[in-house]
Amino acid sequence: MTNISGRYAIVGIGESDLGRHLGRSGMALQLEAVTRALADSGLDKSAIDGLVTRPSHGSPQFNYSAVLAGRLGIAPSYFTDVALSGAASAAMIVEAVAALEAGLCTTVLCVGGDAQTSRSGPRRGGLTNWIEDFEHPYGMMGAPESYGLAARRHMHEYGTTSAQFGAVAVACRKHAGLNPAATFRTPMTLADHQASRFVAEPFRLLDCCPVTDGAAALIITSAERARDLAQAPVYVRGLGQGFTHAELPYASSMTTVASKSASQRAYAMAKLGPQDIDLAELYDCFTYVVLVTLEDYGFCAKGEGGAFVEGGRIELGGALPVNTGGGLLSQGHAGGALLVSEAAIQLRGAGGARQVANAATAIVSGQCAVTGINVCLIFGKEPN
Amino acid sequence: MTRPVVPIANLDTKLFWEGCGEGKLLLQRCARCAAYRHPPAPICPSCLSDDHAWVEASGAGTVYTFVVVREARARGWDKMVPYVLAVVELAEGPHILTNIVDVAPEQVAIGMPVALDFAELDGTTRLPLFRPARSAS
Repeated sequence: MTNISGRYAIVGIGESDLGRHLGRSGMALQLEAVTRALADSGLDKSAIDGLVTRPSHGSPQFNYSAVLAGRLGIAPSYFTDVALSGAASAAMIVEAVAALEAGLCTTVLCVGGDAQTSRSGPRRGGLTNWIEDFEHPYGMMGAPESYGLAARRHMHEYGTTSAQFGAVAVACRKHAGLNPAATFRTPMTLADHQASRFVAEPFRLLDCCPVTDGAAALIITSAERARDLAQAPVYVRGLGQGFTHAELPYASSMTTVASKSASQRAYAMAKLGPQDIDLAELYDCFTYVVLVTLEDYGFCAKGEGGAFVEGGRIELGGALPVNTGGGLLSQGHAGGALLVSEAAIQLRGAGGARQVANAATAIVSGQCAVTGINVCLIFGKEPN
Repeated sequence: MTRPVVPIANLDTKLFWEGCGEGKLLLQRCARCAAYRHPPAPICPSCLSDDHAWVEASGAGTVYTFVVVREARARGWDKMVPYVLAVVELAEGPHILTNIVDVAPEQVAIGMPVALDFAELDGTTRLPLFRPARSAS
């Protein structure tokens, strides 16, 4: 292991006001500590490209580190929550050093702290939760509504159609039909998609991935060890994390999103571009997400995702097979874990009836926060 | 109509909901860089200043995007469908998530001018909503 002793140093320190019953939220106190640490360091906030947070215990907030990045007006290339209770504040430093050593960022901000004696009404903790205040009272109760807002905007800006969303659903179902383990294998036509009822218009039922049971696991080791093991290695060639928003309604763009910066980082690490990729496993909680990810991953120009998915281009035998196992839409949800395993299966050449011929490179996406958070992986059959 | 979910004010949003109770849509405006922001937050996402004023919004805006929710996703919303969930771009700049009411869902379009209204919830809380703006006469 590389000796990293002495290679990193703390360059800014900030503490919030301390006390009991301060009457301020945990997030307000964390932000006060952050602005003081920035002032102490002399760094502008734009220098912060890593963010490691310890969310409040009392009032969990989805994607806390990303919400905090939004409150700070920064777009870090590395961000994560560390949920390790009393060990978190130390573990955040470990996480930061690991991210720095890996070259994922250059300047990491770590922040923790809570408002344990300043509660706000029925909420258990002092950390505010904007979802309960500003989303649920309007009936944004689930993913179809929130992703539908973004999809509608894409239709408005670029003329994307429901039938183009349908092309994604049809491709995934076709691939699932070739995958004996897939959950949904009954053949589906574009007409079936167009006849399915609206759930959260513009989304029809067949635009939405069902919830299913299932899981996937991967074992990763060094390339050196991998050479001595039973299976042909599948190499991690590139990875990148991207952020544009934690709350879609306030996003500066709903249609050019985190997948853009995440893929640019992964391509740069892999020294590959979209033209070098043989297949894609793209997070498809909704059909629309595949389309916008294809654009931001550089497989077509912005706004051309709808035309790109038509005509069988993303089906097996097409220019870029997408979601070769069936995706979340037809293989199974599993939080996207099956997309990662399917990419590895394809690069081993073990895809059976759904194998992409001569597959040497694959790109994978994970995403959440209605396209505001994206993680892009590039795998290769060869290490370089 | 009884709405299924009532917002709960917290330490960062209390003044916003108090304003709604008085029939005012309040936005935070940064005292340093003059940027408006919504939803309420402890500091300005542009310049990081925590110094701010609460300013009453004009109530004018346009539909930025929307969905027509036709199937309820949580208990209580079955009585509400179909309803229009929308993002409105306020005249002051910020976006706000809301419902568009007093209009058939088929009539709603991106770019439509809308005006602020409030729904009475439980006597003390009022929820800001939008309806089509009356054309200038």
